[in-house]
Amino acid sequence: MTEDSHVEQGQPPRDELPRPVVKQRRFKESLMIWLVPVLAALVGLSLVIHNWMQAGPQITISFQSAEGLDAGKTPVKYKNVVIGKVKKIRLSADRSHVLVEVALEKSAEGFATKGTRYWVVRPRIGLGGVSGIDTLFSGVFIGADVGESNQPQDEFVALEAPPAVNHGARGRSFVLHSDDLGSLDVGSPVYYRRIQVGRVASYALDKDGKGVSVRIFVDGPNDHFVTRSSRFWNASGVNLSVGANGLKLNTQSLATVLAGGVAFQDPPGPHDSTPAPGNAIFNLFGDKDTAMAPPDGEPHYIRMRFQQSERGLAVDAPVEFLGINIGKVVSVRLDYDEKTQKFPVLVGAVVYPQRLGSAYEKLEAMAEARGEKPALSRMLGRLIAHGLRAQARSGNLLTGQLYVSLDFVPHAAKVAFDPGARPLTIPTAPGSFDKLQEQLAEIVDKLDKVPFDSIGKHLDQSLAALNATLKQVNGQTLPAFNDTLHGVQTTLGSANEAFSGDSPLRRNLSATLEQVQRMARSLRVLTDYLGSHPEALLRGRRADPPPTPLAPPHQPSQPKSGSKP
Amino acid sequence: MNTLPRAVDLGVIGCQVCGLVCRNVPGDTQWGGDGVDDVMACPRCGSTLHRRKANSYARTWALLIAGFILYIPANVLPIMRTASLNDIDDNTIISGVVELWVKGSPDLAVIVFAASIVVPMLKFLALSMLLVSSQRGSDWARPQRAKLYRLVEFVGYWSMLDVFVVSLLTALVRFSVLSRVEPLPGVIFFGLTVVLTMLASISFDPRLIWDGRNTDD
Repeated sequence: MTEDSHVEQGQPPRDELPRPVVKQRRFKESLMIWLVPVLAALVGLSLVIHNWMQAGPQITISFQSAEGLDAGKTPVKYKNVVIGKVKKIRLSADRSHVLVEVALEKSAEGFATKGTRYWVVRPRIGLGGVSGIDTLFSGVFIGADVGESNQPQDEFVALEAPPAVNHGARGRSFVLHSDDLGSLDVGSPVYYRRIQVGRVASYALDKDGKGVSVRIFVDGPNDHFVTRSSRFWNASGVNLSVGANGLKLNTQSLATVLAGGVAFQDPPGPHDSTPAPGNAIFNLFGDKDTAMAPPDGEPHYIRMRFQQSERGLAVDAPVEFLGINIGKVVSVRLDYDEKTQKFPVLVGAVVYPQRLGSAYEKLEAMAEARGEKPALSRMLGRLIAHGLRAQARSGNLLTGQLYVSLDFVPHAAKVAFDPGARPLTIPTAPGSFDKLQEQLAEIVDKLDKVPFDSIGKHLDQSLAALNATLKQVNGQTLPAFNDTLHGVQTTLGSANEAFSGDSPLRRNLSATLEQVQRMARSLRVLTDYLGSHPEALLRGRRADPPPTPLAPPHQPSQPKSGSKP
Repeated sequence: MNTLPRAVDLGVIGCQVCGLVCRNVPGDTQWGGDGVDDVMACPRCGSTLHRRKANSYARTWALLIAGFILYIPANVLPIMRTASLNDIDDNTIISGVVELWVKGSPDLAVIVFAASIVVPMLKFLALSMLLVSSQRGSDWARPQRAKLYRLVEFVGYWSMLDVFVVSLLTALVRFSVLSRVEPLPGVIFFGLTVVLTMLASISFDPRLIWDGRNTDD
């Protein structure tokens, strides 16, 4: 290349500097380089726009405390998906609570609406279980649950505890009415055949303050087991009953023992089993037996006037008719009778005649057949005329609990009954137990008179004297007795010696006995002689006959003549 | 005005690679080109010859401005995520420096601060100053400005420190659940800023410092 130019131009002089090679015309790039900052600006701008597009609504949630919350870090989660982040935490103007500013993501705009609930998810250890363990490691986060409304809202008050039911969960909620809450709490389980199918969502006092409304949520698909005739009862705690069948312990699960719970079931027998609509209202009974009992019908108030003390008869004691529970005592009060100057006990009770079942229906039918109004008062009047009396009977000998028994008393004195009086007053008869009690009391009185005190004292003294005697016996008599025994022993030893075979006594004795034998023999000879010679007593012995010549030694008479007394 | 003559005044041009000096007079068309906008090559080593770096002001300005624009997200966006067992921490450059300082490593904090904040800012300021003063043809403190340029070129390498820190930590700290470091978008912007400012300082021709008001470039 250089040669070309040199050929054209000729060889430059020696001191001349070499010429540069011209390649081509310069490309005009002066404007192209500005693409770089433009590109950078575009990137920056896109970041800004992206940020702006991503930025969702800003909301403020007020908490009781900012415990565990961290500005710039704590996320807001819905179904464990991050939908926002805590931007700033500050105190409210009156310093009563904490305001947490949360930047929601663009996609979470729906969470800035009315009805959305926020709460802090912390590790919680309750009676019903443990939750939020993962937050021990990941730090707390704010949980969210969206509502149904589309109305925008940007200020929220956080819940103190996670809600029991998330919005949009399958299932239905129902309302239970009860006298009191028992040991139920938000989150307490709801059982159907001892399987947990739901939980208590919330509870509130009725407006008039006379009861409690408990809202429960039954998860799908088990919610269709709640029918129009379902009965709900409080399955809290342990139901221990001692009956004729023995000891009975009823619980739903260990968790309910501690945390309480609600159970439901359909009553036995024919019933309406169409699923109950959502938000249907039910009664919450105290226990399963009450819940499963057939409907009681109209309650009637009756009054009984007992002449004797009714200790052990408490409110809620059962009222039984021929052994069937038909109601309960609602009041026990004292009255004063001026005429007799006594204090009778007025017992008020509520009875449900429908609990008598078919008997009541038949009585009603009979009354109608007679053309009377089938009123309880008239029927009672007839029964009382047949000897129906109220008695307080002992239900439990151990605790002395009484119950009221309506029973037919044979040979009961006629009593006037006013069917028009309100409240209906049922005549009473003293219970068999009352008499027994009186007799027992008498026995006890007599026992009381026994001077146990002085008996005891005397016994004590006697025992002390006995004690002293025994000491003496131990100290003095026993050693002496011991000596005596020793003496006896030596005596026996010497006696033993005396009687041994070679002792002089023994020898003397046997010699003496020999002599006695001899003496007896000579005495026999004498008697023999006297027998044959009785005259010898008077005349003396005859002279011996002359001796015979030597006779042989076997002569029998020889020994006789040979001896003399 | 510098009293020393410039190459263009003498009609010569020097090769920046091999140092060969060639005869070149602007406007002299006898060699085939116009002598001004031609691309000339060194007859000995073949590298491109230019009296001054082509389009130096525009390029430097453009790259510098681009670098500055990207420096904003580099500082605003977090550059590093430190995730430990119970904590996830996103750090921007400044918050990282503050954290280092607070947690008792002021020496490290100073180093990171110098490398990530001081050096880029110094480059922006110094290059802007050089560009403005050269474009105005100012003859104020020329030797010092030349020294400043050399300083800018020298410290330019060190501003990559932050990028290295993040990439090293990301590679080293990988204990899955226990502890983990992840790079975040900010570090890309920071790296781009550093690269762009380095390119800007390369495209600046220090010879412009010595050109007077009446130069022809």
